Amino acid sequence: MRTREAFIAAVHALVEEFKTSGRIVIVGASLAGLRAAEALRAEGFRGHLTIIGDEPYEPYDRPPLSKQVLEGWVPADHTTLPHQRAIDAEWRLGVAATGLDRAAKVVRLANGEEVPYDRLLIATGVRARPWFHPAEAALDGVFTIRTRDDAAGLQQALAAGPARVLIIGAGFIGSEVASVCRELGLAVTVVERGPAPLVGALGGVIGAIAAAMQRDHGVDLRTGVGVTSLVGDAGGHVRRAQLSDGSTVDADVVVASLGSIRNTEWLEGAGLAAGRWGVGCDAGCRAFDINGVVTDSIYVAGDIARSPHVLYEYQFLAMEHWDNAVVGAEVAAHNMVSLEPDRWAHLLLPGFWSGQFGVNIKSVGVPPFGDEIVFTQGSITERRFAAAYGRRGRLVAAVTFNHGKWLPYYAALIERSAPFPPPPPGFDQPGDMQPVPAEFPDPSVPTAMPEVVLTGHDPSERRAEVRAPRR
Amino acid sequence: MEPTGQTTIVRRRRPLRLVVDLNRCQGYAQCVFLAPEVFRLSGEEALRYDPNPDEALRLRVMRAAAACPVQAILVDHGDAGEAGGAS
Repeated sequence: MRTREAFIAAVHALVEEFKTSGRIVIVGASLAGLRAAEALRAEGFRGHLTIIGDEPYEPYDRPPLSKQVLEGWVPADHTTLPHQRAIDAEWRLGVAATGLDRAAKVVRLANGEEVPYDRLLIATGVRARPWFHPAEAALDGVFTIRTRDDAAGLQQALAAGPARVLIIGAGFIGSEVASVCRELGLAVTVVERGPAPLVGALGGVIGAIAAAMQRDHGVDLRTGVGVTSLVGDAGGHVRRAQLSDGSTVDADVVVASLGSIRNTEWLEGAGLAAGRWGVGCDAGCRAFDINGVVTDSIYVAGDIARSPHVLYEYQFLAMEHWDNAVVGAEVAAHNMVSLEPDRWAHLLLPGFWSGQFGVNIKSVGVPPFGDEIVFTQGSITERRFAAAYGRRGRLVAAVTFNHGKWLPYYAALIERSAPFPPPPPGFDQPGDMQPVPAEFPDPSVPTAMPEVVLTGHDPSERRAEVRAPRR
Repeated sequence: MEPTGQTTIVRRRRPLRLVVDLNRCQGYAQCVFLAPEVFRLSGEEALRYDPNPDEALRLRVMRAAAACPVQAILVDHGDAGEAGGAS
């Protein structure tokens, strides 16, 4: 019989053997995939590392695409990300993963090949939600923006000097594109179904400020209306949009900025907690199977990951933010080669930025988690301010407009679960510091989530299955 | 790049690679003064930069990265480019 010490030594020897000769596959060759690969090598993983990406490019940075690339300063192919260390990986670029067989522990590729793994990292991210009508989406001059190729095509179209650009959806990407269009001197109409730009992310109070910013910069902003159809000419080029209020907009470039769709289709049938919500995982980045049981060999990072967050009542959050990809990848990589007592938790305070109309908008925390907002520093009219979001007397998020130096102050307060309204930093305070409703849209909008049904009786057979949504 | 079987040091003429962590960036603009070809401000605080500037600008970029008060600029480690194109 083995002694306890011999057993522990055997487990550690197994970990060392895995680090020396194991196989790790990363699916997704963008920021999260790259940083995970670097972190695995930094953690001492010397085994075989494969990185699979559907785009034919080395990992590149996406935030510049909607800004310095569209303005024509930086070519779309000049966005390749730096490497922090040698990765020594087998890169499978330009070929998508199409399936996962957890029993055989292989990833299936679009070209029919199978790539075996001992441990797998899912980092397939999201893609742009296309215009809903496929024939209209296929018209020349209709764009989405997520990839290098998207940005290169749109940049060319903008450089050609269109008479008017129509942007459908005034989230961050749509607003950034509108800003670049105005910098280029192009006429631009923004159509937003909600009451103001950025409402979903920052609420109606901030949205009203964003709306004023757009109009001050000459954007024809139309809120509370939708685009019902796009009309092309005989040559198949978009020329006009019909709006839900009966009006029309003539435009020869249309940008659909309608949010994103998570790339989980390749995981269908794999028995993971994967769907339109992303891939469910624990705070250590380990994927849940469809039953909500944590897996040992499959990890998730980046935009596609959805995990419980301690600061937000342990709700499952998906954070489509740059630093979530960076930090999530590092935590996942560490945990892929570590045993239980040494595992890390991905406890990121979410944060993002957006540059538009000469203003740097930054945020920490989860603004839509709050229901009240208070302006704590600066001046709304000068568009230099900080504002805090609260929920039930607790500070949950903050946003700054051209006031980013103060954001770490609020981040530290949020991490300490400070009261709301927060203690102001002592000067530069606006006259009115009364909290008001933050005006987020009602979250109870109907969605077509697939049904999960339970089957089996004995504990050994009891399991969940996904049933397609009823029409 | 295909392995040649020979041990040679190849100086590749390819752009420098950098990325700025704009969560960390607070708009101090030291980089804009030190490498204006690479870093620009849009308004008072929003930084835009060229992620792959010409290699000839490496020294300026390194100075900018060193001068950044919040150390938000990451410059490549030098042996990148190992990922060959489509497979």
